[in-house]
Amino acid sequence: MEKNQVVLRHVTKRFTTRTMGTVTAVDDFNLEIKEGECFSFLGPSGCGKTTTLRMIAGFEDLSEGEIELCGRPVSIKSKNLYIPPEERDLGMVFQAFAVWPHMNIFDNVAFPLKIRKTPKREIEARVKEALKHCSLDGLEKLYPSELSGGQQQRIALARAIVTNPKVMLLDEPLSNLDPKLRETMRFEIKELQRQFGFTIIFVTHDQSEAMAISDRMMVCDMGKIMQIDTPENLYRKPNSRFVHNFLGESTFINVVLKDGKVFPKGDNSQAIDIEIPAGAEKEMVIATRPNAIKLTKNSGFMTHIEKRIFLTDKTEYLVQVGEQLVKIQTPHRVVFAPGETCGIEITSPGWYPPEDKETEAERARRQRF
Amino acid sequence: MAGIRFINVSFAYGDKKILENFSLDVEDSQIMCLLGPSGCGKTTLMRCLIGLNKPSTGEIYVGDRCVFSKDKRINIPPERRGIGVVFQDYAVWPHMTVFENVCYPMKKHKLPKDEIEKKARYALEQVRMSDYAPYLPSQLSGGQQQRVAIARALVSSDEVIVMDEPITNLDAKLREEMLLEIRQIQKNIGTTILYITHDQEASLQLCDKMAIMDSEGVLSQLGTDEDIILRPANRFVFEFIGVSNFFKLSKKSGVWCFHDNENIKFDGAIPDEYSSVVDMGVRPNDIVFDKNSNIRATVRRSVFLGSEYNMFVDFDGQEVRVQRSTFDDGAGDIKEGSEVGIKFLNPVFYNAKEA
Amino acid sequence: MRKASSDIAAMEGRRLGLDGIMTILSFILLFIIVVIPIFMIVYNAFFYQGKFDLTLFSSVIFDKENLKAMGNTIIIAVAVTIFGTIMGLFYAWLLGRSDIPAKGFMRALFTIPYMFPPFFGAMAWDLLFSGRAGYINRWLMSTFHLRTAPVNINSLGGIIFVECSYYFPFVFMQVVSALERMDPTLEESARIAGARQSQVIWKITLPLVKPAISAGALLILISSLAHFGVPSILGFSKNIYTLPTMIYALINKSGGSFDGIRQGTALSILLVAVVAIALVIQKKVLSSGSYDIIKGKSMRPTLIKLRGAKYPLLFLACLTLLIIVIVPLVMIFLVALVKAYGLPLVWKNFSFSNYQKVFASTATMDSIKNSLLLSITAGIVCMFLGVMIAYVVNRIKPKGKNVLEILSILPYSIPGTVLAIGVILSWSGAIFKITLYNTIWIILVAYMARYLSFSMKSASASLQQVNSSLEEASRACGATHTESLRDITLPLIKPAMVSGFFLIFLPAMRELTTSILLYGPYSRTLGVQIFALRDAGMIPQAAALASVAIVLIIICNAIVTWITKDRKGA
Repeated sequence: MEKNQVVLRHVTKRFTTRTMGTVTAVDDFNLEIKEGECFSFLGPSGCGKTTTLRMIAGFEDLSEGEIELCGRPVSIKSKNLYIPPEERDLGMVFQAFAVWPHMNIFDNVAFPLKIRKTPKREIEARVKEALKHCSLDGLEKLYPSELSGGQQQRIALARAIVTNPKVMLLDEPLSNLDPKLRETMRFEIKELQRQFGFTIIFVTHDQSEAMAISDRMMVCDMGKIMQIDTPENLYRKPNSRFVHNFLGESTFINVVLKDGKVFPKGDNSQAIDIEIPAGAEKEMVIATRPNAIKLTKNSGFMTHIEKRIFLTDKTEYLVQVGEQLVKIQTPHRVVFAPGETCGIEITSPGWYPPEDKETEAERARRQRF
Repeated sequence: MAGIRFINVSFAYGDKKILENFSLDVEDSQIMCLLGPSGCGKTTLMRCLIGLNKPSTGEIYVGDRCVFSKDKRINIPPERRGIGVVFQDYAVWPHMTVFENVCYPMKKHKLPKDEIEKKARYALEQVRMSDYAPYLPSQLSGGQQQRVAIARALVSSDEVIVMDEPITNLDAKLREEMLLEIRQIQKNIGTTILYITHDQEASLQLCDKMAIMDSEGVLSQLGTDEDIILRPANRFVFEFIGVSNFFKLSKKSGVWCFHDNENIKFDGAIPDEYSSVVDMGVRPNDIVFDKNSNIRATVRRSVFLGSEYNMFVDFDGQEVRVQRSTFDDGAGDIKEGSEVGIKFLNPVFYNAKEA
Repeated sequence: MRKASSDIAAMEGRRLGLDGIMTILSFILLFIIVVIPIFMIVYNAFFYQGKFDLTLFSSVIFDKENLKAMGNTIIIAVAVTIFGTIMGLFYAWLLGRSDIPAKGFMRALFTIPYMFPPFFGAMAWDLLFSGRAGYINRWLMSTFHLRTAPVNINSLGGIIFVECSYYFPFVFMQVVSALERMDPTLEESARIAGARQSQVIWKITLPLVKPAISAGALLILISSLAHFGVPSILGFSKNIYTLPTMIYALINKSGGSFDGIRQGTALSILLVAVVAIALVIQKKVLSSGSYDIIKGKSMRPTLIKLRGAKYPLLFLACLTLLIIVIVPLVMIFLVALVKAYGLPLVWKNFSFSNYQKVFASTATMDSIKNSLLLSITAGIVCMFLGVMIAYVVNRIKPKGKNVLEILSILPYSIPGTVLAIGVILSWSGAIFKITLYNTIWIILVAYMARYLSFSMKSASASLQQVNSSLEEASRACGATHTESLRDITLPLIKPAMVSGFFLIFLPAMRELTTSILLYGPYSRTLGVQIFALRDAGMIPQAAALASVAIVLIIICNAIVTWITKDRKGA
């Protein structure tokens, strides 16, 4: 059985501000992250992901709950137990790199070892090893300002792995890099994990980045955990409209149920051929993805192409479904002309109740904070 | 309303030639996107048009009026060219209110006061900024400032507006909204818009016609979005407009094969004009897996990105990018290391590049 | 209509535009204001009656007294730099990184020494500790039955102490702002790497603010080397001279004769050489160690808990503030009220007679008027010249723009005493046979040379903020080049022009170093008059005038704060 490497029990964090009153930034988080797992915290800004990470690192105090790292309790609020960051044996990489500009690369990477009074010869060997793993060998004598953003982030990585920590915290490590570099670095991080076997907690607001890197991930919103699962399960079977929308481009169709059939809102003449789940109410929203809808010549729900937009890697069609325009994406090779008749086929969509205004208001309030 | 004509325009910074005998016609009342990689000279061309750079040769016409001609020794200063400009960094004057910003060009053109007022209100209405007339730019968001800049350009000229990367500084969602709005405004007013950008996605969404410049500042293709996407004129356009894979095909004993390797045959049709070697370009999502295909490959890396899987496939030593929709049948079953058969849909063919 | 005419009007022509006029004007002005005075100093130091002549130079240089003055100058400057830096650093850390209370209040008080000229402080400390006459010395002697004065402020130590208390904010301000801009994750990542809080301070925080420390320290060094006020007030009575005060003494002794000026000129070369060395060091140090520590999301840095040391340290900080800020100010006001210098500071000895005398004296009133006239004129003229030169350097960028930039900044690095001599030499008939000596205008010329760099830098910084596309946009909107300047660029840099004006007005109001060498019978300035009253033994009157100056300065500063705050709100 795999060990749990990071455990959060009832972790809660409340902030009190002058303008907003008390805000619960992290509300009763319970998590078990397994050894060697790559686990992402994903959510929009203000969802509590960064605060949670900082509590794990020991930079923030808990309001309630307890945190355990590698079987050792590091924060227990009820017992007033708190272990400072330097004694938690973590590796951490920050968004802004946080490499020390007054030290050369060797000294940056050697710092954690020097602080631990490691023998000089061992320091040299381990720094060399760490630099090699991060493809920085030969650059020991250079200063961070002489390097590019990607290389600076590699220094931060090397500095984090040099002490061989069991748990690695990555706080939006790629968002200051350009998109192309992001992809390479993502791969390199996974590669390092494969070799060193540490557990990763990866914080990001970028859903595709999280899906690409994680074994499992947690989607949170407004201080609450919404869903925890593998990327594919989350994408294919989101448990809420929020998760559905947050994990990628979504197509929502408002529908009305009548006589056991599904009609798009505003058009009772033609039904959409899908199964109705148990417990569906009269008005619902069906959710799918633009590339999950099949565009056909003459089968399915018959309509016409309202608009065609070419994107660089696909073609986007807007088709009229009831009173709504529905977005469909296909490869360039599927060609329909604007105005042309077409059919659409939707398979196993998600079903959600219509929009929730209260949640939206709370989100707006938090975003101001 | 007026079109724009560049005839044999050249420009150089010192010894560095940026444009050489560049000619382009922008038709009346349409949105033309001038698209090219950064450093290709598109901004230089725009600065020549509005009079901030002086070309070394050629002529520039706005409608039938010559604003620059080397031979006729005409070089109208920017303030009298009658072109509205929207700059990348908005260039909204921070010490004037939104309304004052929009009135300024008309004051300079000495329009009567009540007309200024009327036109300014109309322009602000067009960009949906009427409520913000008394605000200072510092009180507005980036997108709102850009709208003010557009309103200001609208009143400076009802003939021609030039936009230089006007949405680059906005976030993705706002960018999309602004594009729709620019489109709508153009429809309402009918102005000619020359839109300069390096963003393929934006120009595809916006334009009536696109002019694609290559890195050397040469016009590669002029056409509608459909022309560019479905019929790219040359290899530069094909590669610039999206991610691509290229394969080297050669004819061995009468049969086209990959990588000079007679064992891997290409079974599709190749235009007759190519006799011995050809480069084949295929988009990542035009490569599909087919068990029965005799072209075998191994999946080296597969990354799940939500709507699709991005894969790196090893095909006879060549790394090939493949994109599969998450909703393709069995898309989730293919793991790293599996062997697959691949098929190429929709290939394009260009003269083989010298190795 | 418009179309037809514009084509013709646009034919290319080569006429001298606004840009050309401004460029030429900038070069001519800087040549007259800066180049000629510098040239005159060098010429007069090494040439006599048109011939190269080193006799005067070497006799001055190797004079024992002068060498001693140079020694004093260096000792004072180095000591002030070391102690001022330590003080500044300690308080910067206390206010920037610890959880000490009342930060905003203390920070405001720490910047007060910026506002007042150090020679006010020197006067106040002189009143308290000068030999047997100082108030505190007398009290200590009578209380403890001492025969000699326990503290002697009229010494190198005294001079160092007073200069320190006025110059340590240079380091304080630099380091505090560096600490505030520093990305807190730089320190957090060290914690994660296993370093304790104290290790983080020594290994990360201090090295990172090192550039700020050296910048502040060198500013102290250079200011102290050229400083005139404090050593003149505290040193003259005990024959302690530094190079700037020696130059003054030489010229003063000779009663303005050309021989005295020539000797002063030779000595100036020595002073310039010392300052130049410091400047070279500054350039080297600043260029080697500047790294970017401002990055990332802005997050509150973790403050270090002082725990038990919190209140003792707060007490220490408040005590320091009391001693260096409050005591001198209070002292000046008290002595201004006392009927005669030396009388005990008790209620029955107080009266407003000194103020009556001060306001009745035409010489004193003239000095206030002169200072106001000079400061306002210099402020306005420099404001416009500064904008013009900044525009030429930043926007027109003609050939030789670097020369222009260096010339406008150079005079600030030249000690005020030396600049004054250069101005005397230039405007005693050397330029177009114009003699301004003994008039108020020669002081104005000197102020302009000295302070032009302030408004130039302020306008330059502001112009760099104004993206050139703003001007291009107005061209495209139908405004000509001149109209764009008038409607867009000038309004946008107006705030910088206003602050440029005050950057000149405030220091000019309290100026002493340059004016003391340039004033004539009818052109005394406020600083000169205070200095002269004190010199003539009318110490309570000098204090009264100084207190008037303090009130004036506080009012002006309040106006500046009010104006700048108002603008931030908009």
